[in-house]
Amino acid sequence: MTRTAPTGGQALPPAGAAPVPALPPAPGSGRLAATGRRARALGGILLSLALTLLGLLLVTFIIGRVMPIDPVLKVVGERATPEQYEAARQAMGLDQPLAVQFLTYIGDVLRGDFGRSISTGHPVAEDLRRVFPATLELAAMGTLIGVLAGVPLGVVAAARRGGWVDQIARVAALVGYSMPIFWLGLMGLLVFYGILGWVGGPGRQDILYDGMVPEVTRLLLIDSALAGDWGAFRDAFGHIILPASLLGYFSLAYISRMTRSFMLEQLSAEYITTARVKGLSEGRVVWGHAFRNIAVPLVTVIALSFGSLLEGSVLTEIIFSWPGIGSYITKTLLAGDMNAVLGGTIVVGVCFIGLNVLSDLLYRFLDPRAA
Amino acid sequence: MTGAPLLSIRDLCVTFPTRQGEFQAVRGVSFDLGRERLGVVGESGSGKSMTGRAILGLVRPPGRVTAARMDLDGQPILNLPERRMRAIRGGRISMVMQDPKFSLNPVMRVGPQIMEAYRLHAGGGRAAARARALEMLAAVQIRDPERVFGLYPHEVSGGMGQRIMIAMMLAPDPEILIADEPTSALDVSVRAEVLNIMDALVRDRGMGLIFISHDLNLVAQFCDRVLIMYAGRVVEELPARDLHAARHPYTRGLLDSLPRLDAPVDRLAVLERQDDWRTEAIDASMVDALPGGLR
Repeated sequence: MTRTAPTGGQALPPAGAAPVPALPPAPGSGRLAATGRRARALGGILLSLALTLLGLLLVTFIIGRVMPIDPVLKVVGERATPEQYEAARQAMGLDQPLAVQFLTYIGDVLRGDFGRSISTGHPVAEDLRRVFPATLELAAMGTLIGVLAGVPLGVVAAARRGGWVDQIARVAALVGYSMPIFWLGLMGLLVFYGILGWVGGPGRQDILYDGMVPEVTRLLLIDSALAGDWGAFRDAFGHIILPASLLGYFSLAYISRMTRSFMLEQLSAEYITTARVKGLSEGRVVWGHAFRNIAVPLVTVIALSFGSLLEGSVLTEIIFSWPGIGSYITKTLLAGDMNAVLGGTIVVGVCFIGLNVLSDLLYRFLDPRAA
Repeated sequence: MTGAPLLSIRDLCVTFPTRQGEFQAVRGVSFDLGRERLGVVGESGSGKSMTGRAILGLVRPPGRVTAARMDLDGQPILNLPERRMRAIRGGRISMVMQDPKFSLNPVMRVGPQIMEAYRLHAGGGRAAARARALEMLAAVQIRDPERVFGLYPHEVSGGMGQRIMIAMMLAPDPEILIADEPTSALDVSVRAEVLNIMDALVRDRGMGLIFISHDLNLVAQFCDRVLIMYAGRVVEELPARDLHAARHPYTRGLLDSLPRLDAPVDRLAVLERQDDWRTEAIDASMVDALPGGLR
C-alpha cells in the first residue's frame, strides 16, 4: 500500500494503513495478531539463543579455570623466576576476581579474541579462520551427499515398503551405523587412492596447488571456482570426495532411516487417501503430498546431522590429514594449549546453536500451522 | 432412469491375509446404484467403508478384491490397470471422508488442493482451474471464496472443511460420490447444513450417492434406499421410508437400540448378534427384486 511513497509511508505504517476503509477489519486484525505472535516467537528464539551462548561461554570459562594446566606456566616456561611468573599472571588478568575475569572473557570473545595459541604461536582466532573453513567444506559436502542420496532412498523405501530398495536401504543403514569410520577410511584410501588411484590422497590439496588459489571464502572448491582455476578445483574435489563420501555415508544412514519413518507416518494419513481418491499418480501422492509434510521434521534432522559432522569428524580428519577444526582441537589439546581448545569449542558450540536456531526458524517458515 | 444402473456390483469380496488365515472384510456384497441416494448402514467393522474403498480400487495389497461383476455405466472397472483406474478415481467416482481435519493436506492451501483435483481430470490452465475452484467454493455456500481459497486447512472450521472437501471432490464433475461418514466428525449444529449442501449438489448434477453411516435416523431421513450390512455382508435392503418396517432381526435390533423421545423406555434394548447371520444364504432374489425398479 505504501509502495508509492517509500520515504514517508514506511516511517509510519499505521498511518499508511488507516486511509484504506474498504479493508474489512477481521482479516486485517487477524494478520496483525499473527505478526505479533511471530514477533513474540522470534523474540523468544533470540532470548533463548543469547542465554544458550552465555551458558556456552560460562562452561568454556569454567573448564579453562578448573583444568589442571597452569596457563601462566605454559606461557612463561618452567624456568621463569617468581617475579616473571607474577608479572605474566597479572598481565593475563588472572589475579582479578573470577567474576571480573568472566566479564573480561566475554568481552574478549565477543570481540573475536580467543587469546594466543601456544602451540602455533598465532592468535587462536587466526588459526580458527584457517582450520574452520576446511571442516565446514568437508561437513557441507558430506551432508550434501547424505541428503541427496539419503532422502530419496528413505522416501522410496517408505513408498515401496518391503521392496528391494527398502531392503538395500536397511542394510546400508545398518552397515553405516555399525562400521567404525577409521576402518572404512583406511580401506577407502587403500582401494580408491592406493590401488585404483581415482581420488587424491590425504590433505586438502596437492602441494602443487598449495597457496596458489586466492583466498576469498577459504572454501577451496568455491575459491578455485571463483578464480576459474579448474585444475585446482579438480584437485580439491579429488581430495574432498573420499572423506566427504564417508561422512556422507554416515549421515545417509541416519537421514534415510529418519526420512523413511517420517514418510511411513505420513503415507498412512487420511489426506493421502484423499490424494489417491482425486486420482493422483503414486509419484505425485508421495512427492507432492506426503513429502511436503515431512519437509519440516526433515530440516531438523539434516541440521542436526550437519552439526554432528562439524564437531565430530575428528577421526576422519586425522585419517585423511584434513587440516580442520577436529584435528586442530585434538592436536592443541594434547599440547595443553587451552586457549586453542576453548576457542575451537566455542566455534563448534556456536555452530551447533546456530544450526538449531536456523532449523527452528525454518520450521516456522515451512509449517503453516506454526504461527 | 433407463438402461444400465450407474454402478452394478455382484458378489464383491475383500480379503486380507492374516496369520490366522484369510480375513474377509467384505463377503459377497451385491447392489445396484442409480441416480439416487443409497444409504449403507452398519456397525463398526461391518465392511461398509471397505466396500466404498473397493469400488474406488483403493484396497492396498496384500488386500484382495474380487467380484462377479463391478460395472460403472456397463463397463467393468474391477482390477483395471492402475493408469485407467486413476482416470475413474476422482473423475467419475469420488469420495468424501469423515474428518476434514485429517483428510485435507495440512501444508497446502485450500485453493490449490481444489485446483489440483480439477486440473487432473479436466485439464486446462491455472486460471481456469482457479475460477473453477472459486466457483465450487461458492457452490458449497462459502461466503468469501477468495479469502477461503488462500487459507490453510487448520484455519477453517470443521463444517467449512467438509464443505471444502465436497467442493474439491465435486470439482471434476464425477457421476458417483461416496460419502463415508461425512458428518460424523462435525458438530451437530452444522451437520444438517453440510448434508443439505451435499444433497443439493448431488441432486442438481444427477449423481449417484453412496452414503455410508452408522446413523440410522440420518440415513432414513436423507436417503432413498438403505442397505444394512453386518459382518461384511448385506443382511437387508429396503426403501428408506420403510426402514421402520424392517424384517431382518439385526435391523430390528439396531432400530430398537435407539432411544426415542416419543416412546421412552427404562432400558434400551441390547443389540443381539447371531452367528448364523454371518453365514445365512443371501436370497439372490433379494437383489433382483430390489425396490426402486433400477434395473
